[in-house]
Amino acid sequence: MKPFDTLTSPLLVLRENRIDTDIIYPARFLLLMQREGLGDYFCRDRRIDPDGNAIPNPIDEAKARGAGILVAGREFGCGSSREQAVWTIADFGITCVIAESFGEIFQANCLRNGVLPIVLDAATIDRLLAACGEGEMHVDLVSRTIRAGDETVAFEISDNARERLLKGWDETGMIQSRWGEDITRFEAAQKASQPWLYEALDI
Amino acid sequence: MNSPKPDAAAAPAATAPRTLYRKLWDSHVIAEVPSGEGEAESRAALIHVDRHLLHECSTHQSFEALRVNERKVHRRETHLAVPDHAVSTSLDRLETIDTGNAAGAQVERLASNVAEFDIPYVPLDDARQGIVHVMGPELGFTLPGTTLACGDSHTSTHGAFGALAFGIGASDCETVLATNAIVQQRADTVKVELSGAMGPFVTAKDVALALIGKYGAGFATGCAVEFTGEAVRAMSMAARMTLCNMAIEAGARIGLVAPDETTIEYLRGLPLAPSPALFAQAADYWRTLPSDPGALYDRTVSLDLDGLAPQVTWGTNPQDAAPVDGTVPAAPVEAEAARQHAKALAYMGLETGMAIEQIGVDVVFIGSCTNGRIEDLRAAADVARGRRVAQGVRALVVPGSMAVRQQAEAEGLDAVFTEAGFEWRMAGCSMCVAMNDDRLGEGQRSASTSNRNFEGRQGRGGRTHLMSPAMAAAAAVTGHVTDVRKLEEVPA
Repeated sequence: MKPFDTLTSPLLVLRENRIDTDIIYPARFLLLMQREGLGDYFCRDRRIDPDGNAIPNPIDEAKARGAGILVAGREFGCGSSREQAVWTIADFGITCVIAESFGEIFQANCLRNGVLPIVLDAATIDRLLAACGEGEMHVDLVSRTIRAGDETVAFEISDNARERLLKGWDETGMIQSRWGEDITRFEAAQKASQPWLYEALDI
Repeated sequence: MNSPKPDAAAAPAATAPRTLYRKLWDSHVIAEVPSGEGEAESRAALIHVDRHLLHECSTHQSFEALRVNERKVHRRETHLAVPDHAVSTSLDRLETIDTGNAAGAQVERLASNVAEFDIPYVPLDDARQGIVHVMGPELGFTLPGTTLACGDSHTSTHGAFGALAFGIGASDCETVLATNAIVQQRADTVKVELSGAMGPFVTAKDVALALIGKYGAGFATGCAVEFTGEAVRAMSMAARMTLCNMAIEAGARIGLVAPDETTIEYLRGLPLAPSPALFAQAADYWRTLPSDPGALYDRTVSLDLDGLAPQVTWGTNPQDAAPVDGTVPAAPVEAEAARQHAKALAYMGLETGMAIEQIGVDVVFIGSCTNGRIEDLRAAADVARGRRVAQGVRALVVPGSMAVRQQAEAEGLDAVFTEAGFEWRMAGCSMCVAMNDDRLGEGQRSASTSNRNFEGRQGRGGRTHLMSPAMAAAAAVTGHVTDVRKLEEVPA
């Protein structure tokens, strides 16, 4: 996973509520099996009409400006657990999403893919957007701050999530090296107290 | 390993009353993840994953990651794989699967991945194949007191057994395959108190839609929701699964119903449930899981079921639910909500004030992990029996599993459906997710027993009205949304 520390970038602003994962990455594209190059499918149905013609939209305009930060409303990424929703955003070039709240699994998927999810209240987002205008926003994960024009605001992220992003950790490898013996110990104890969980799965 | 912290608020003493959620959480903590600066307590932990369900659409990248990183599967017998999302539900699907299309390739990839990594697998031609969330419980793979993960948001379904069950992404699937562990944040708990009793033709689906309609689709975001009350105790396992399935539509990470004798009797004798030698010991453990009297929840919400009408969604979100005898509501006052309301109505082609029962339908879909169980098909068949699907309506019945299909045929339900003009199909996710051949066309309107009415969910430009199986069957035979309670008895 690519580490994330700071980012200075123009914005893609999609400030509506409940942009779900079916909007972000329509289900029919789940038949694609690769995880690279999915950026073309980001919010596909808002960018291309059923006949294949381009629809004028803020997403492609922001793409042209090189936007790497997405500002959304409430419950961004709610709905399906599909990780393609994050892969499509990342491949599109977005590595930080600022929203009032997130879909639970989407937010976890961000952390697994080097995308920083930031939760801020509506008033703070308004203030940042006003200060930023058409300009760039600066996100600093090291100091947990965002700067836009004359505004600087702090954001919260757990130490654990912050460290994962800063170091670009591979979670599986981290669990194995840090807690491998604890897992073995846990399973020995569980096998003794709940032996039915260790019966052969005869399928 | 799981040492209590000195701060009493952070971790209650062993004797303090605990919720079902807390018991499930505590019994699966492998290691605490240290808290950060300024955090009063750590809520993050590495928790053990006892059970993992896999399907063809969210795991190819997980297996690829195992390969690239040269990792092994930690414990093969904790996993179970089955194709469901992309599979065709046509009767000749076994003959047509090799046509080289993307869905067939995805199923083929799952088969080769599970063969390579030696994962227990139920192939498409197996009599036990079905939607992960229908087949897992049917086989006894889902057990109370366990943690169960799956690369699918509706994994919350399995909470109906008193299991800590949650959806994960493809990267997490790789972690679970390699370690049987995952880092999670302990969730806040929401107690849902259901009071009163459901009237005729009112189901768990209506309860779920009414609840989300009342409190909003985000009311339980990130939380563990426990459904309580006499009505829940009286519910069958299928109804409890419907309720927990829809918990994710309230934003919840987890839906829960405490295990009881209904749960235990359901599991007794199932192929993958504890063997007879261990079953009594397991059941004794399961009986210790319900929330202790006096256990504290972070929040409580309630819904009175007395007088509750069957529910139908009119918008593009499960919270856009109205009683079937009601009308499409007026716009809310708040500006952003009003904008969303207008946008939803434009997408759905409806207007404020229109009677819900005036909504015509083109397609009826009965199935999915929400409502594809035998009880659901029985309820729909009771309405379809002796009636005909209305002119111009296409009605599909898609059993949640091949076992449900077989049971329905043993009861003669297939004949009821086909005589009434419904299509009787093979098991799969079908029109719920529209990544197979079953989907709505642009502007087509459906009465659907599935869980999401999002824009494009059942096909680009498709318009979805969520409802219960009996209500969907009523819509099929009248051609429009219909209060199933008003349908006259069909003379025998």
